Amino acid sequence: MEFEPVIGLEIHAQLLTDAKIFCGCSAKFGAAPNTHTCPVCLGMPGVLPVLNRKVVEFMMKMALATHCDLNRECNFARKNYFYPDLPKGYQISQYAHPPAEHGWVEVELDGGKKRIGITRIHMEEDAGKLMHDEHNPASYVDLNRTGVPLIEIVSDPDIRSAEEAAAYLRRLHEILVYLEICDGNMEEGSFRCDANISLRPRGTEPFGIRAELKNMNSFRNVQRALEYEIKRQQYVLEGGGQVVQETRLWDDTAGVTHSMRSKEEAHDYRYFPDPDLVPVVIDDAWIDDVRKTLPELGSEKRERYVRDHGISAYDAGVLTSTPATASFYEATVASFPTITPILVKTSSNWITGDLMKMLNEDKKDFTASPITPRAIAELIQIIDDGTISGKMAKDVVEEMYKSGKPPGEIVKEKGLVQITDEGALTKTVAGILEKNPEQVAQYHAGKEKVFGFFVGQVMKATQGKANPQMINDLLKKMLAS
Amino acid sequence: MELYSLTIHELLDKLRKGETSSVEITASVFGRIDAVEKDVRAYITLMRETALAEAARADEAIRKGGIGALTGIPIALKDICCTNGVRTTCGSRILQNFIPPYDATVVEKLRAAGAVFAGKTNMDEFAMGSSTETSFFGATRNPWDLTRIPGGSSGGSAAAVAAGECIAALGSDTGGSIRQPAALCGVVGMKPTYGRVSRFGLVAFASSLDQIGPFTKDVEDCAILMNVIAGYDPRESTSVPEEVPDYRQFLGRGIEGWTVGIPKEYFIAGIDPEVEAAVRQTIRVVEGAGARCIEVSLPHTEYCLAVYYIVAPAEACSNLARYDGVKYGFRSEEGRDLMEMYKKTRAAGFGAEVKRRIMIGTYALSSGYYDAYYKKASQVRALIKRDFDEAFAKCDVILTPTTPTPAFRIGEKTDDPMQMYLSDIFTISTNLAGIPGISVPCGFTAAGLPVGVQFLAGHFQEGQLIQFASAYEKQAHLEKRRPTL
Amino acid sequence: MEKIKISQDEVTYVAHLARLEFGEEEKEKFTFQLNEILRYMDKLGEVDTAGVEPMTHAIAQKNAFREDAVGVSLPPEVSLANAPESRGGCFQVPKVIE
Repeated sequence: MEFEPVIGLEIHAQLLTDAKIFCGCSAKFGAAPNTHTCPVCLGMPGVLPVLNRKVVEFMMKMALATHCDLNRECNFARKNYFYPDLPKGYQISQYAHPPAEHGWVEVELDGGKKRIGITRIHMEEDAGKLMHDEHNPASYVDLNRTGVPLIEIVSDPDIRSAEEAAAYLRRLHEILVYLEICDGNMEEGSFRCDANISLRPRGTEPFGIRAELKNMNSFRNVQRALEYEIKRQQYVLEGGGQVVQETRLWDDTAGVTHSMRSKEEAHDYRYFPDPDLVPVVIDDAWIDDVRKTLPELGSEKRERYVRDHGISAYDAGVLTSTPATASFYEATVASFPTITPILVKTSSNWITGDLMKMLNEDKKDFTASPITPRAIAELIQIIDDGTISGKMAKDVVEEMYKSGKPPGEIVKEKGLVQITDEGALTKTVAGILEKNPEQVAQYHAGKEKVFGFFVGQVMKATQGKANPQMINDLLKKMLAS
Repeated sequence: MELYSLTIHELLDKLRKGETSSVEITASVFGRIDAVEKDVRAYITLMRETALAEAARADEAIRKGGIGALTGIPIALKDICCTNGVRTTCGSRILQNFIPPYDATVVEKLRAAGAVFAGKTNMDEFAMGSSTETSFFGATRNPWDLTRIPGGSSGGSAAAVAAGECIAALGSDTGGSIRQPAALCGVVGMKPTYGRVSRFGLVAFASSLDQIGPFTKDVEDCAILMNVIAGYDPRESTSVPEEVPDYRQFLGRGIEGWTVGIPKEYFIAGIDPEVEAAVRQTIRVVEGAGARCIEVSLPHTEYCLAVYYIVAPAEACSNLARYDGVKYGFRSEEGRDLMEMYKKTRAAGFGAEVKRRIMIGTYALSSGYYDAYYKKASQVRALIKRDFDEAFAKCDVILTPTTPTPAFRIGEKTDDPMQMYLSDIFTISTNLAGIPGISVPCGFTAAGLPVGVQFLAGHFQEGQLIQFASAYEKQAHLEKRRPTL
Repeated sequence: MEKIKISQDEVTYVAHLARLEFGEEEKEKFTFQLNEILRYMDKLGEVDTAGVEPMTHAIAQKNAFREDAVGVSLPPEVSLANAPESRGGCFQVPKVIE
């Protein structure tokens, strides 16, 4: 019996607002415990929530970028449960009327493109952090994170493999980062993923019993966990057993999922509309305003680069790996008076090659590049017009990175201008040929390799500055005569 | 005439004229407290030292020529209003030693108006009750008869005003918790329109029903306090950005030609005959002032109690989930792990009535019961509001008894929750519809117990209520009695 | 025989959801009282609510927002001042077993 996995992903993304969702505390990560707290997010008696408008806007951006329908009215609900990191004893979330529904994203797989549906997107508040004492029977609560705004993105159960799941995750991650609404840091917890997975016999419709997977803290781990779980459930079903509906935790070290054999039955969250908050009503004008602020997304850029610049899909992928890289590339290309395929290809090569390598070694990204797009463009131009050779350029670019100086200045300072004066070169070539009559004779005798020796000698004599093409032409001409 | 027995407006007048000082007034109030508090037990926390310091500062401000709306006047606060640096207990063991690091918005407003804070008054635990008997700190007594309850849940505030232990007070009203004790203690009590007065810093019981309001000796004082506490607060999402008029302008305007609705469903079997007689007398009085009384119908009245006792506990059980022994308040020492800590803390920290309501609310919201209980109650609530909308199309003000009986004896209803709940039947509908209501003294029983009459108006018509109540007060010209303590 | 609305077992379950616990005698009394109260609620079944929108807010409002601006947080000692137990700047609780 062949089984087909049916997978849905639930993503929680922390939003990059300055303040928390319902109070004015800072939402920034990494502060000392309980230093970003106030009576409201501490859940003290008598406090009340007021919604941060920017959270609504960020949610709308994500909804628009994923082709969701935006409902004109939505409200908040209380999700009631007890846990030390949940100060009010309930989480303010959205339940019955989500703000955004019926969206989709397109992912690229080996076999082609696939659309994955998005069931809904809604807003909610994050909980605090619970830490356990290794040696004592105590746990510790830091409430800095309570009230940091989240959007929850629930996919349709359209995903059919671990590979698809990873691709979907990467696509959502890219959209969030390009929209500048989330920094997408899975290690720090600003981008979190849970999965629901079941198997069904291939070709059938009804869904099987599903398990919920948690504790996957990287794209790689999501893929590994799903691959493991598919095998595990297959094993159970092939043995005639039934998959248990439960939550399972991914164990990164052991490479398996463990059942969360908790004493609790399924939670009864007793959702009801939060009486402390009023509905959010979105009109067409607001939607239009937000739509206007949407930047070009990674997938749109890739399409454009391939179509308009003639760049390969692979190169386009590298250039859009971060918004900063893409911005840098676009700024570079915009610096040329006219855009030609050669300039574009060369730009791509320099950016994805030498520059990216130097930045990576330095642990920097393109926003912190000591070389500006204009400077790279200048470099490319002086190679293109022959002022320096391609080989020289490598040294120049290194110097540009270290000093931050523009290429023209460096070339001048170091006297690296390529020698293209035909008269001077002719003299030099003639001189080399004169000095090496044995090799000339060898060449005429048919030893073609000697040509390289002459080129080397000319280069040596000119400290590498001679234009290689001209050397070639001159040598050929003078050897022929 | 003792200073403690005067009204805000009388005292402000004396202060303006230099005939007295805030320190004198405050000393008079605390002298009265020293004399009667052991019998009345209106307070949980007295703020004597800070009050005297505030009074001295108020006198300084007056000397410099500034008298604000409440400068130098000792006001008491129901212990459900958070006060920065001062214990706020909500009448509960679970908050017995909780010290808020912030002031409720109304407290900030009173402070800015120059008020002196006398102390935090006793209340039913977490505002759940109609007699102030469920307070962890013991029951408050009705100053008119110390064997009887003062009403609840704001019994401490009502009793303190009636006994002269403060000049005026704030309470909270979720199902009648200002109006009912006001009636039973013979003082004026108002519940404003929902969203009129900020709930920020009011410890939540039922979020869609709670409002803070004044207890005063007369309608003019009520207008003065309303001027200070009403107004939009950006810290509360349900606060309504409606202009606050000068409520004092509505005093003394008369009610010639007004139409008064008398809802037939409120004059039923079960009302104490003396209460009914006193309220029927008020109908004659307002007619004497030129108003015309007509019968109106509020057909869903009989369902108000059931709606209230689903909606309020549902919201309450969620609002009280934060009392878990983790961040503040009482924590049981006996829990060996987290689950035990939660359960033992809450079992020991909450009293029986609170636990009962948490259970009802949790049940009503739980899986499988939500539609039958909470959703159904919310639908009937909409119909209750519609009843009022339709009635107010026919009349300017509605007149009803405030309570079905005068103050009952301490301990009389504590064993029968349903009996206790029935004492709220005339006040609950107001909170469900969100409309404002005021209770005004309208007489005494033969045994000398106060009776109150209730006036209701449409949303944000506190001005009209004040106009009507002040006209009634003037026309009724009731004899001024004082409790013998 | 009056209809049982909630059994003692259900009372136990609801108490657990609400993180409360009762002694046997208390539980019996509560079960009795809760049944009385819930029976009274059955009254609502008499009301025709077809097509009626549930009412959560007495006054209909919308879009109450705050701007995205960082305000002043409490100093951590103040946030922790009322904590029954704290350590290392955190609230301390009995160990949570996951």
